[in-house]
Amino acid sequence: MSESELSSGSEPRRALTPSGVGPTTEDLGPTRASRHVGVEPILSARNLTKYYPLSSGVIRHTVGHVKAVDGVSFDLFPGETLGIVGESGCGKSTLGRLLVSLEKPTSGSIIFQGQDITTLRGSQMRRLRRDIQIVFQDPYTSLDPRKTVGDIIAEPFKIHPEVVPAGRRQARVKELLELVGLNPEHINRYPHEFSGGQRQRIGIARGIALNPKVLVCDEPVSALDVSVQAQVVNLLVRLQKDLNLAYIFVAHDLSVVRHISDRVGVMYLGRFMEMGDEDQIYDRSTHPYTQALMSAVPVPDPEARDKRELIVLHGDVPSPANPPSACRFHTRCWRAHEDCSVKVPELLPRDDGAGGHDSACLYAEVFSKASEDITAADQVG
Amino acid sequence: MSRKSTRLDLRPTDGKVLDVNDLHVEFRTRDGVAKAINGVTFSLSHSETLAILGESGSGKSVTAQAIMGILDTPPAYVTGGQVNYCGTDLLKMEEKDMRRVRGDHIAMIFQDALSSLNPVFPVGWQIAEMFRVHRGMNRSDAQAEAVKLMERVRIPAAKERAGNYPHQFSGGMRQRIMIAMAIALNPRVLIADEPTTALDVTVQAQIMTLLKELQEESGMGLILITHDLGVVADVADDIAVMYCGRFVEHCDVHRLYANPAHPYTVGLIDSIPRLDQKGEQLYAIGGLPPSLTNLPTGCSFNPRCRFATDKCRTPGAPPLIEVEDGRFAACYHTEEVLNRERV
Repeated sequence: MSESELSSGSEPRRALTPSGVGPTTEDLGPTRASRHVGVEPILSARNLTKYYPLSSGVIRHTVGHVKAVDGVSFDLFPGETLGIVGESGCGKSTLGRLLVSLEKPTSGSIIFQGQDITTLRGSQMRRLRRDIQIVFQDPYTSLDPRKTVGDIIAEPFKIHPEVVPAGRRQARVKELLELVGLNPEHINRYPHEFSGGQRQRIGIARGIALNPKVLVCDEPVSALDVSVQAQVVNLLVRLQKDLNLAYIFVAHDLSVVRHISDRVGVMYLGRFMEMGDEDQIYDRSTHPYTQALMSAVPVPDPEARDKRELIVLHGDVPSPANPPSACRFHTRCWRAHEDCSVKVPELLPRDDGAGGHDSACLYAEVFSKASEDITAADQVG
Repeated sequence: MSRKSTRLDLRPTDGKVLDVNDLHVEFRTRDGVAKAINGVTFSLSHSETLAILGESGSGKSVTAQAIMGILDTPPAYVTGGQVNYCGTDLLKMEEKDMRRVRGDHIAMIFQDALSSLNPVFPVGWQIAEMFRVHRGMNRSDAQAEAVKLMERVRIPAAKERAGNYPHQFSGGMRQRIMIAMAIALNPRVLIADEPTTALDVTVQAQIMTLLKELQEESGMGLILITHDLGVVADVADDIAVMYCGRFVEHCDVHRLYANPAHPYTVGLIDSIPRLDQKGEQLYAIGGLPPSLTNLPTGCSFNPRCRFATDKCRTPGAPPLIEVEDGRFAACYHTEEVLNRERV
């Protein structure tokens, strides 16, 4: 895909679609993304891949690759939240690490404000890192136990001294602590003196210290208890409004992702299976994998117990070192047809009964209870 | 046959298989005495599923370990109460008898299946060990039983896979192996300590479905320990909500979700992201759980509670009393909580 297509801006969603294939955005109803027409995406990925070599034998020759991320494209617009969900091993964390340049992509490009960042080096790269920051999952291992909270949050200023002059740093750290709801007087305490939720707030303070434009949140609330989780989610929502941040919110908890996200992408074995507005994915998903994932989420309402249609997927996720051909989901799909193992389904807008949104299924269809494709054996509920 | 091979003869007397009464456990550490369990009382009947819901540090796992008699002493000491299984107090039982209760009568599965399995033995061998040790079976009979069990927990190609080692299985399959070992001797009580926390949602659904089916087949009582309100709503009959080592609310699952009677339960249920509140602030319980070595005076929840009054700060925790028919809550302001203004 050429640079000129990417920077056209006026039709950001068109760029995802190989020309001439399938319906175009114009044919379908308005989606939330179409509000962004005319707005430049702040961060885009095009055909992004990351392969990890698998070696074997005494001389460690490469025998294959783990295809952690395998051809991912998306746009992130200023101030919005893109949720990324999927099971463990689907590549969602690797994608997050690629976006902040903690990993180098095997191929593809990441465009930040019109510039391909995968080719940047040295000082240019350092300058860029100010704008894209990350919050990690585990607040216990992502903070250096031998540094005080003040040192941890001020560390970005050592690498980027131009952001805050040396004399004002202490004050800025206190400001940040206050911003994330911690007591600024605790600046000289060590991480072990804080609880899990408080540590995650420290991680967030470090993430926003350099006034980034994009914050990648890699499972930021997964390690926290329910009552504390809500506090941190509220903090992230508030910071987004106050600082006009764009979030990539990687998580496996689908209800939290729904709460915080404007758009959601569903990943399976390194690829997006479906992407759309939060309500398109949760209420009108057309991809069988999304439907199975949604149906498996336990609903915190005992009255819904017998009414739920639970699609139980058989077997486990196949190895990303040797993914199934064509559609990666066809080995576990209850709707698979013969050509699913031959014909690669593109991520294209497909009809969902109310407009349409991107789905990578040849037989995209909104799930209905009467669907004949689901045999009684596949259904428990 | 060795003495071990016979099943200890314990039968339920009044339909209740397990009856825990005023259990107290404390951890004596260098930093002081941490009161992990402060008077837990409940009973479990045949075929019943009781969910114990709580956050980390609330004492839900310690309760399970105390019932199984697998607490590490020191630092943990049971300082009071009884655990009656079929009329016998397990806390007074000698270790050699207790070993015959575990597995045979009460079994347990843990959150982390990989670290609960022995990495250097094939899984079939590990399941068969239950039959060799508890039933005195010979190797080939035990192995055949193990394969049958692996089929019962729906592991595909069980016969071939019995020779595989734990690392060759996925997380969901490992948890199935743990379940196979737990149900091997047809226990009357199965304690599942966060059985699906480490698993993906699609696999979680498979495992919960399996546990439900096995319970229907065998009629065992199930104690499900979890922090996930969604999982509980799906499978439990009764729920006990734990906070700082006490049951703060205990009732059937429908009434608890429809209208909680304890402020802590209210907070937990309200902090679940809901559809109609999209984009708004999530309700969050303020503050943090207190340290177990330094519990607040009175009700442990009072510093975080919006209903708290001076009465809640007077010494002595509020007792767990019946506030409605079959519904228990430990709060002085239950009336007010039940009739609160909805968010």
